[in-house]
Amino acid sequence: MKAVTANLLADGRVVYLGVGDGFVERLRDAARFEDAAAKDALARTLARGAEIAGAYLIDVAEDGAPAGREAWKESIRNAGPTVRPDLGKQAAPDGGATSVGER
Amino acid sequence: MYRYDEFDAAIVRDRVAQFKGQVARRLSGELTEDQFKPLRLMNGLYLQLHAYMLRVAIPYGVLSSRQLRRLARIARTYDKGYGHITTRQNIQFNWPSLVDAPKILDELAEVEMHAIQTSGNCIRNVTTDQYAGAAADEIEDPRVWCEVIRQWSTFHPEFSFLPRKFKIAVTAAATDRAAVRVHDIGLRLHERDGEAGFEVLVGGGLGRTPHIGAVVRDFLPKEHLLSYLEAILRVYNLEGRRDNKYKARIKILVNALGVEAFREKVEAEWATLRRDAVDLPPEEVDRINAYFAPPAFEALAAEDLADEDGDVARFAEANAAFRAWRDANTAAHKAPGYRIVNVSLKDPDIPPGDITDAQMEVVADLAERFSFDEARATHEQNLVLPHVRLRDLPDVWRALDAAGLATPNIEKASDIIACPGLDYCSLANARSIPLAQRIGSDLAAHGDEQDIGDLKIKISGCINACGHHHVGHIGILGVDKKGEEFYQILLGGSASDDASLAAIQGRALSADETVAAVRRLIDLYKERRAAPEERFLDAFRRLGDAPFKEAIYGVH
Ligand code: SF4
Repeated sequence: MKAVTANLLADGRVVYLGVGDGFVERLRDAARFEDAAAKDALARTLARGAEIAGAYLIDVAEDGAPAGREAWKESIRNAGPTVRPDLGKQAAPDGGATSVGER
Repeated sequence: MYRYDEFDAAIVRDRVAQFKGQVARRLSGELTEDQFKPLRLMNGLYLQLHAYMLRVAIPYGVLSSRQLRRLARIARTYDKGYGHITTRQNIQFNWPSLVDAPKILDELAEVEMHAIQTSGNCIRNVTTDQYAGAAADEIEDPRVWCEVIRQWSTFHPEFSFLPRKFKIAVTAAATDRAAVRVHDIGLRLHERDGEAGFEVLVGGGLGRTPHIGAVVRDFLPKEHLLSYLEAILRVYNLEGRRDNKYKARIKILVNALGVEAFREKVEAEWATLRRDAVDLPPEEVDRINAYFAPPAFEALAAEDLADEDGDVARFAEANAAFRAWRDANTAAHKAPGYRIVNVSLKDPDIPPGDITDAQMEVVADLAERFSFDEARATHEQNLVLPHVRLRDLPDVWRALDAAGLATPNIEKASDIIACPGLDYCSLANARSIPLAQRIGSDLAAHGDEQDIGDLKIKISGCINACGHHHVGHIGILGVDKKGEEFYQILLGGSASDDASLAAIQGRALSADETVAAVRRLIDLYKERRAAPEERFLDAFRRLGDAPFKEAIYGVH
């Protein structure tokens, strides 16, 4: 399955396309698409050029975790630098995205 | 130190105003990202793995306390309280917003700083010896020529869209601390028959296709520097490949033509150039020279001149931590009674090259009080206080130590160059920083770093080689194996006078295996070195790679 990820234009923050086409902060809350629908979702996102600095598709598992070759990179992108657990979404009071921790 | 003249100030102000307008038009939707991206890159603003990243130029690594304090303020106000010193002696902020970028550039312009030409296919920040103007072994201050090149290359209309980025380094010392042999152009100022001139090396570089630069001219009279650079750049601009970005650097052109043919083209171009229109008149060189006049070093009393007696020696006698720091982190100064102080940004608990806003302010205070208001950023991702009186060393050490900036490891094994890697960089295959930290912790646990001596470990998270792994005595390259992080070990590289490229030793290892293999390499070296003074690199060159390979992989 796929999810759409983007960087918000104004602050560069990593976001994901949510159900209903709003942007959500956490990958686990992202909408998941089958391949054909994913292409449409990406096209819809890229059309929002005034809101984002770029967007692309990532592979996700059924449970929403990053999958495939880029899984590790996308885990770090979703959480924050592994060497600075105080930064990125992993630093949010509610844990934000789940910390990717050590591997 | 060089001060901006009105012309410098005006071009920076104009550029900030221009970028402010471009950002506003992008935010309003008037510009698309495709239209805007080249504009933001021209102002040093990248989009990285987590956020935007702003790369700020520090011309040839020289900073005043005022500038350092301003960088601290930017880190605190617009970023997340820290900055990262790069291998081009620049500083990067990892979390700025696009909305704030023009304000940051405004703040930088107020202290004569900017982010121009920190990205794109232009001539990038010229780097030099971090000990320039202070080194006991230099023939003259190379920053004068760096400044000459900076003024010539800034917004040079002919060289703003080169086939690829272009990096120049200058050294004027007996020991090359600026890695001139692995730059697109390396300039080594040396003397012949009592006159100083440049040895000009071209086509060095790391990345996918590493090369050691070739000598294109062994002695260029100083006054012709700019016209000769112009001739080289012109040949490159016309003949460098633009069809394939991986083959676009000047090293590929030099290699394809052969150094003889390349030299002939450059000399032919130079012969037809109107040199008088390009080379600076001597009065202008004198004017720039005056900015770099040595500070007013004190004529110190005998007690302050020698290391062997006096208060500092007594303090060192009683304080092992100070002694270790003084021995590892300070270097000989050309003025009697002074030392060069290195500020280590390589505490193994901290990402290499990272410095907090508070630490920047500590260094700024020390620069102001003890080093004629000057600090330097080094290409090995540390800072330097270039002119410290010997008798002030204990005070400087206490302040640095209290701020976590006195790890005694300069040019030692844990003084690791590491690129941002997968923790920050979207191009990465693997993380670099945690590996550097683990190797640093292993060295601390073994407590043998001083005994190991000069050992350069360099780590890159991908083949782009921002961590200079090709020129590490031990180089480590992150690779991706089916989505997992692995590391290749390379041995035998050097970026100094004995420049050489490290060779891959065999299959890639996991992070755990890599840390253990580095330890086995160190143990092998300690066991087999001819004498305690024999460096790791020299032992490797003498013994050949077989025993080292065996130490990495075991016997098969
Ligand atoms: S070497 Fe690769 S991973 Fe490291 S900073 Fe450069 S591009 Fe990124």
